[in-house]
Amino acid sequence: MRQTWVTPGGVHPPENKHQSVTQPIGSLPIPEKLVVPLGQHIGAPAIACVKLGDKVLKGQKIADPAGTVSVAIHAPTSGTVSAIEARPIAHSSGMEALCIEITTDGKDQWIALQGIADFEHTTPKTLLSIITDAGIAGMGGAGFPTAVKLNPGFHRPIDTLIVNATECEPYITADDALIRERAEEIIEGIRILSHTLGNPSNILIGIEDNKPEAIQALEPHTKDTGINVVSFPTKYPSGGEKQLIYILTGKELPSGQIPADIGIVCVNIGTTYAIKRAVVEGEPLVSRVTTMTGEACEINRNYDVLIGTPVSHMLEHNKFDAKKCSRVIMGGPMMGFSLTSKDIPIVKTSNCLLAPSVEEIPHNEPAQPCIRCGMCAEACPASLLPQQLLWYSQAKDHDRLQSHNLFDCIECGACSYVCPSNIPLVQHYRSSKSDIKKAEEEKIKSAQARERFEFRQQRIEQADKEREAKRAARREAALQAKKTAAPNSAADIVAAAQARTEAKQLSPEQEQAKLERAVSSAEMRVQKAQSKLDAAVASEEPEDKIKILSAALSGAQQKLEKAKTRLAEQSN
Amino acid sequence: MIEFVFQNPIISALVALAGLGLIFGALLGFAAEKFKIEGDPVIDQIDSLLPQTQCGQCGFPGCRPYAESIADGDSINKCPPGGQSTINAIANLLDVPAPELDQEHGEEADIKTVAYIREDECIGCTKCIQACPVDAILGAAKLMHTVIADECTGCDLCVEPCPVDCIDMLPVESGINQWQWPTPPIANGLIATDRTHSSSSHEGAA
Amino acid sequence: MAFKQVTSPHAHGAKSTANVMKLVVLATIPGLIALTWHFGWGSLINVVLACLTAVISEAMVLKIRKRPLAFYLGDYSAVVTAVLLGLALPPLCPWWVVVIGTVFSVVIAKQLFGGLGYNPFNPAMVGYVVLLISFPVQMTTWITPLALLPEGLSHPDFFESLRLVFSSLAPVDGITGATPLDSFKHTSGLTVDQIYQQDSLFSQAMFAGVGWEWVNLGFLAGGIIMLSNRLFTWHGPVAMLATLALMSLIFWDSGSSQSPGSMMMHLFNGASMMGAFFILTDPVSSTVSNRGRLVYGALIGFLVYIIRAWGNYPDAIAFAVLLANFCAPFIDNYTLPRTYGHTDRRKATERSED
Repeated sequence: MRQTWVTPGGVHPPENKHQSVTQPIGSLPIPEKLVVPLGQHIGAPAIACVKLGDKVLKGQKIADPAGTVSVAIHAPTSGTVSAIEARPIAHSSGMEALCIEITTDGKDQWIALQGIADFEHTTPKTLLSIITDAGIAGMGGAGFPTAVKLNPGFHRPIDTLIVNATECEPYITADDALIRERAEEIIEGIRILSHTLGNPSNILIGIEDNKPEAIQALEPHTKDTGINVVSFPTKYPSGGEKQLIYILTGKELPSGQIPADIGIVCVNIGTTYAIKRAVVEGEPLVSRVTTMTGEACEINRNYDVLIGTPVSHMLEHNKFDAKKCSRVIMGGPMMGFSLTSKDIPIVKTSNCLLAPSVEEIPHNEPAQPCIRCGMCAEACPASLLPQQLLWYSQAKDHDRLQSHNLFDCIECGACSYVCPSNIPLVQHYRSSKSDIKKAEEEKIKSAQARERFEFRQQRIEQADKEREAKRAARREAALQAKKTAAPNSAADIVAAAQARTEAKQLSPEQEQAKLERAVSSAEMRVQKAQSKLDAAVASEEPEDKIKILSAALSGAQQKLEKAKTRLAEQSN
Repeated sequence: MIEFVFQNPIISALVALAGLGLIFGALLGFAAEKFKIEGDPVIDQIDSLLPQTQCGQCGFPGCRPYAESIADGDSINKCPPGGQSTINAIANLLDVPAPELDQEHGEEADIKTVAYIREDECIGCTKCIQACPVDAILGAAKLMHTVIADECTGCDLCVEPCPVDCIDMLPVESGINQWQWPTPPIANGLIATDRTHSSSSHEGAA
Repeated sequence: MAFKQVTSPHAHGAKSTANVMKLVVLATIPGLIALTWHFGWGSLINVVLACLTAVISEAMVLKIRKRPLAFYLGDYSAVVTAVLLGLALPPLCPWWVVVIGTVFSVVIAKQLFGGLGYNPFNPAMVGYVVLLISFPVQMTTWITPLALLPEGLSHPDFFESLRLVFSSLAPVDGITGATPLDSFKHTSGLTVDQIYQQDSLFSQAMFAGVGWEWVNLGFLAGGIIMLSNRLFTWHGPVAMLATLALMSLIFWDSGSSQSPGSMMMHLFNGASMMGAFFILTDPVSSTVSNRGRLVYGALIGFLVYIIRAWGNYPDAIAFAVLLANFCAPFIDNYTLPRTYGHTDRRKATERSED
């Protein structure tokens, strides 16, 4: 048996996986409409390349990658593009993003596919472009464009390929079912990956020991391939990339680096299956295996789900009972996020749809004060001190949060899981991380503004100096000219100079007129601002716009007051 | 003489204290010279906390003059773009109480805004370019003027000089990429804030 | 309600705070039984009286602070503070000593700082120290153990004990007696062996002091119950007991008249075991990391020995714990665990690179 290491911390929540593996992977009827988000991956959202009304076939590209860190999007089934607009997507915020809606025609007709029979004689470069064009992003949950991950560059030689089959979260069995039924294709996908990476010396499939059937399904196909199936004791969160690297190799990924920096590439096992289909059969990524589970649904099973399937379609098919359900979660109970609407579509990273009953996952109890018991520190897989992070997060003490390594937190939720006081620790950390990032951005911005301001001051000073120098030079020249010409008496020169200065200064009447003009234009501006505000209120503009307009009005009024006072002072 | 000092405790106490005073005074004087720093570093520290909008709402032509004035003892609550968080940070730095923002100098805007020139109406007079404290407006005489949105600090000094009033202050976009989890309420507010909570906010303990 | 925005994780597997506290109270029962057997009803009365006082005073403070009573009283933290203070006080001490101590612990040392989780010092120990300094006579009047009572005398029965406590009368002369540590400290000039032979507190004991060794064994058993239920980690108690033992071995000097006492005497007398398992494991006032707990426990053991050996007080757990509470943030600064992916442990006060 290959040696494995043990990560610190971790928890053992009840697995609840048996409910969804009693039947083989099923398929759902094609929904009436598919809503395909353009940003299902890390990086820039893809750019639509179809128009409203276009007819598309299954597997046809409907959006191009936008830049290097991006992937393409394809139509999951045949139909017509019926909308390209913002829709709610699978995101913790519940906010909307640009999606392409396809009204399906039920025919499920593929476009002509072109696969490669012999990948071993294809260059890695070609394979990478196939992978990008097939729209493959990490299917374990993060969604990083796979081709970018597989191309770390010459300065990062890869000696280990880790395939992540851990699936450490309770309830989720998507990868387990996929391995049990399609092990041969998965191994071929891993061989393609290995070829793309230049045949690294170690190829490891990391899998927890609670999946004996999957391990048995894999082993016959790994003979003589150099691929090692390594199983290790079940613990949450062993499936995190950093934790899995440590368990399988004993190496720690240094903070702030990527696995490629230490010669490792880590890929989810579902992604390897998608790679095989893309390269060998030429099929782009249009569907994935998703677990439907939880007591609020009568049927618990794994399905091949088309990307863009609305959650409501899946729930209905599995006889969902909303009254029983405490909340619908996309993902697992530890890291998944709750859904705010049932029109949210399944995307490339949706490994599970969990509809638990109130007994399975009760409503959250109110948080009590932290008793500093330290159980969170015992559970943390990154050896952080969640307790201290909580106190500093509440105090908004960014310096201490950084010195306690807040950004090394992988947000696995083990600390909140064990907290006796029900404190939502992970929410605190997420909020603090955003605050710190924002503060850093603002600092950079304000430093830049300061630089520009100082440069402007310098520029104006420089311009003034030059003007002074020119004036001095002109004076010199005039003096010289006078000396060589008829010498005038000193008094004449002085008188001439005085006359010139007086001419420059404004007479009191001119000064008065200038200030009066200032007052009248300020009054006009106040009127304009007032009418703008009235118009906005009448047409019921959004509240922020009204706030801005009323702030502008009060600003204009203040300036009017100032102009009036200056005029009054002048008149006195 | 030493015997005289020892026999009179009062004299020996005086001698001891005077001696100690001389020694420590000399040490302090030496340190004051050897470790002297030019300028006042607290001004730099205050300036680094100010938002650098250079808007002048505090009454000073820029953030650094205001920082210098604070170091001289001016009140710290004159900066609307910085808002309460800046006031708190300066109060923390200088170890003084943190007052509320002085409304006389303006209100704290909830939403960040940047200037936008309606190019159809711009007459190319360069008045706004001269007014902008961070040179965020691109343009020249009789040529189109436009605001570089990334450099605009939202100080709105350009709005007034424009003779055709073609500058709008628009809110900055805040979409899905700017969203963040709200901070959960502290489970148990401390005693000083008790009075601001009514008894119906017990559910806030959740 | 099926579609709403809730933060992950959604599953929860922990014991609640109330259950943790209840388990602590249950774990004191072996020690309480030993105290009652050897020293009469006094300790039980102290504990009950302290609990009542604690709950009532905490309720009053919560009302003033406009907090929901059931929510905050329901975490049983006031009860735990009261139980520990009640066990630490001498049996049959007057009722007002118990009440004042408990009110001080709960109101001033805990609620005034913000309630559970906010107090920098161990509340029970703050109450104990306040009482020890303010009422030295009542706090140093202990009871003779059952085995050593003279013929014809017995510990007052339950109602007699209640009467003594509430009328603030001192118990009958034969009933009161010194503790082993007290007795040991005040016999100068004799070697350790001589003390052990002459003093009945030691001569009739198994390996430490009559009655007190059983009390300490009881608290040790309670500590093991809590450890096996994973209420806290072994680092703090083991460090304290090990340091105490080590110090007593280093300074043993073969039992001469200057000797501060043997290892067994120090480990199983006074409040050593209660301090190790119940007092220093109070999570709110102790250090945060496991390595920090080792240092914290060692510091307490060290201070306990020093005060017992060369200080004015026969037992020193309270002072040692409070002094270590002062040091806890400082210890924390240097004992952060090494985070995954970093080569060195960082200091808590490190400023970010600007």
